[in-house]
Amino acid sequence: MDRIPILKMGAFLLVTIQVDMHDRLAMALQDDLSNKIVETGARGVLIDISSLEMVDSFIGRMIANIASVARVLDAETVVVGMRPAVAITLVELGLSLHGVRTALDVERGMELLETALADGPR
Amino acid sequence: MVVVRRAALEIRREEDMVRVRRSVRQWADELGFGLVDQTKLVTAASELSRNALVHGGGGTVVFEALEDGPRRGLRLTFTDEGPGIPDVELALSDGYTTGSGLGFGLGGAKRLVNEFSIESRRGAGTRVVMTRWK
Repeated sequence: MDRIPILKMGAFLLVTIQVDMHDRLAMALQDDLSNKIVETGARGVLIDISSLEMVDSFIGRMIANIASVARVLDAETVVVGMRPAVAITLVELGLSLHGVRTALDVERGMELLETALADGPR
Repeated sequence: MVVVRRAALEIRREEDMVRVRRSVRQWADELGFGLVDQTKLVTAASELSRNALVHGGGGTVVFEALEDGPRRGLRLTFTDEGPGIPDVELALSDGYTTGSGLGFGLGGAKRLVNEFSIESRRGAGTRVVMTRWK
């Protein structure tokens, strides 16, 4: 089965979703990321969804789950690059991605993670 | 109102959901829908495809390009032969879920289109018709 690649950049993991995900692929990403956080001791996860043309309730739930699991595993998650049309649709759909940090692009997302790491309670 | 074009796709596997999303995008684009409307249609279609697949055990979607005077629209009809939805009103309410989603599938899809109707009978499957006008 196809897998979405996860890159390690210093203390962070970087995921760029470039395909229209079917549900199994989204589930696999959730599992892979959780394992990778533990394996690498990563402190942050950056998910770039700028290529995603749509986020429905399932993919939205997957993103929220990743953020929750990462938090339990002592890592912050930032979702970057959401397209305006996707954001409008998500809100109308009724999903607000509570508890998921977002940034406009990868650069700002990285800044957010670095700040979170520096200001962290540990 | 006239149906100017019609086509159908099967929804049997998860990969078919991706195919449905791609086709909806293409039809909506060809009908002149803007990016936000295209995205709403694709997202609503994704929710209903999943519904047909997960709860209905697979089904079909019929695409229809509509003309009503100067108006153009896209009508999508999702049909499955699954167990049916026991309580449609309840299924449409936010937060209602059978466990595999957040519970925004049907109600959320309804908010993304202009016209939305569900017919469902126990043991006889479900038919959802939705239309978005340009």
